[in-house]
Amino acid sequence: MRTLFDKVWDAHVVHQDESGPALLYVDLHLVHEVTSPQAFQGLRLAGRRVRRPDLTLATVDHNVPTGDRRLPIADEVAALQLSTLVDNAREAGIELHDLDSPDQGIVHVIGPELGVTRPGSVIVCGDSHTSTHGAFGALAFGIGTSEVEHVLATQCVVQSRPRTMEVRFTGRPGRGVGAKDLILALIRRIGTAGGTGYVLEYTGEAIRALSMEGRMTICNMSIEAGARAGMIAPDETTFEFLASRPRSPRGEGWTRAVEEWRGLASDAGARYDRSIVIDADTLGPQVTWGTSPGMTAEITERVPDPADATSDAERQSYRRALEYMDLRPGTPLEGLPVDRVFLGSCTNGRVGDLREAADVVRGRRVASGVRAMVVPGSRRVKAAAEAEGLDRIFTEAGFEWRNPGCSMCLGMNEDILSPGERCASTSNRNFEGRQGRGGRTHLMSPAMAAAAAIEGCLVDVRTVARG
Amino acid sequence: MQPFIVHTGRVAALHRANVDTDQIIPKQFLKRIERTGFGPSLFFDWRYRADGSPDPDFELNRPEAQGASILLAGENFGCGSSREHAPWALADYGFRAIIAPSFADIFHGNCCQNGLLPVTLPEKAVRELVRRYEAAADGYELTVDLMTTTVRDARGFEAAFEIAAYRRDMLLQGLDEIGRTLRYEPAIEAFERART
Ligand code: SF4
Repeated sequence: MRTLFDKVWDAHVVHQDESGPALLYVDLHLVHEVTSPQAFQGLRLAGRRVRRPDLTLATVDHNVPTGDRRLPIADEVAALQLSTLVDNAREAGIELHDLDSPDQGIVHVIGPELGVTRPGSVIVCGDSHTSTHGAFGALAFGIGTSEVEHVLATQCVVQSRPRTMEVRFTGRPGRGVGAKDLILALIRRIGTAGGTGYVLEYTGEAIRALSMEGRMTICNMSIEAGARAGMIAPDETTFEFLASRPRSPRGEGWTRAVEEWRGLASDAGARYDRSIVIDADTLGPQVTWGTSPGMTAEITERVPDPADATSDAERQSYRRALEYMDLRPGTPLEGLPVDRVFLGSCTNGRVGDLREAADVVRGRRVASGVRAMVVPGSRRVKAAAEAEGLDRIFTEAGFEWRNPGCSMCLGMNEDILSPGERCASTSNRNFEGRQGRGGRTHLMSPAMAAAAAIEGCLVDVRTVARG
Repeated sequence: MQPFIVHTGRVAALHRANVDTDQIIPKQFLKRIERTGFGPSLFFDWRYRADGSPDPDFELNRPEAQGASILLAGENFGCGSSREHAPWALADYGFRAIIAPSFADIFHGNCCQNGLLPVTLPEKAVRELVRRYEAAADGYELTVDLMTTTVRDARGFEAAFEIAAYRRDMLLQGLDEIGRTLRYEPAIEAFERART
């Protein structure tokens, strides 16, 4: 009796050291401009070649401008990093989606939408949110640059076997509560190190009911709980999503693939090292109040009091967080004024996320004084959204409609918060300075962020009538 | 990679929980295409004030922390992004070892890949080390010994730590992981053949 994780792991062990780590074969290696240049340089210095360029896919996302793409890139250092990836990919024969490609986008958005993210595969990328791809029943995890070099050279990665944790979401969440709320609630519950050393498998009725996009949101933030990866067993929802993807197998090959994928689900009675259960139907919309994704509360709650913390260390970090966020204990979260709203990122930059936000925005205006932007996760997302007219809903409301990239999720380009600005963001990290030095980030769902844009403050989306 | 066998050096303490890689090396410094030169940007937002001058309140700017090569840190150190720029910056600044109650997964691996030794000690032991560091007004020295897997000072502190045997071997010998993996080339080829 094996879990989903066991099955994928076992099928990829090339070599197992006695009591040491395993050498795992990598089916798909995703590459972006920020964590790869030193790896290619290392290969070159050692006189090594890229072993399987055909299993490697590159894109530019972290460092790209999201404004007018016809203009040259103003930041010279960024431009060099982008052109370095172009050169490296060309030299090694790796498929690259650069700024001109219709498939360019955030690496974790384009893998699934192209159909290269497959159930049962091992996927790595020099990026912690590689966990996103686990939504398809893949074992997908982030690696450092030395490991990127290792994978380029050997198509393998050295890994010690993690433990497994089942996270079961029972029941169905109520109106206005979605995937982002489930994952934030989990991180609040187990903490940002609660998943360290584990691969999480999400199960239960609330997970089964989610779209692939919602499942990706959940797996994406597994790393925010410290986990190595998150996984969800593939089912009809998965197959339906993959059936229409450009790189998915066709005909006979498709039938065979689906058959195989069906066998990946954890066997009844398979054992996990740890299990937790969360009742999805008791949850409300979640929002972070502090500087770590575990500092989460329901929108109807108040800013916590450090005096109520359970340990000295926690009290200290609460104090620091409240000071940085300029919040006073006991203040209701609902009603906190925001300056900026960011819709996008690999957590919530897919077309379903934009639909969810557009439903709230339709026919309304962004509150005066608020600057709100939508940054689609990829060119394909952007095109699909425009085909549905979502761009008009946003622009008519006063949102900026920008070009795809990581943008204000990490603010490597010019999209950043100014010191002291408060932002309602659909991204995944609210660390100090993440969106710009001195910027204050509140993480939430697309619907909640959209509602904040309209009202000019944090608000319970359940109380905002739909347009 | 520079081997790590035993190291004695001055200590600095940054005893906060959940220090993330965005703090260790903020994103505006990730644009470089080299592995070196990140030291001056280490902890940039905490280390410097808005006008660019060093913030005297920041832990690493204290006089007793100058020249430190061993960092005492809080739990879940290095959480967040997979950027290897974080250990590169710590190493470039001059750190050879980090002692904390726990580390984030990817960061831990990244440190080992760069000869920067992550030492996991119980919270109580780390607190005791911080206490000793703070009590020694003119600086505090520790020895981190990977041969015997112990941390000790000159005044009777000694604690053993655990590290995976594989990691320890790589660090002691300064081994290149790729070179090691390439010894299994026949197994990789066989695996590839079996799948096609
Ligand atoms: S969108 Fe944000 S979290 Fe996702 S890959 Fe880009 S920077 Fe990382």
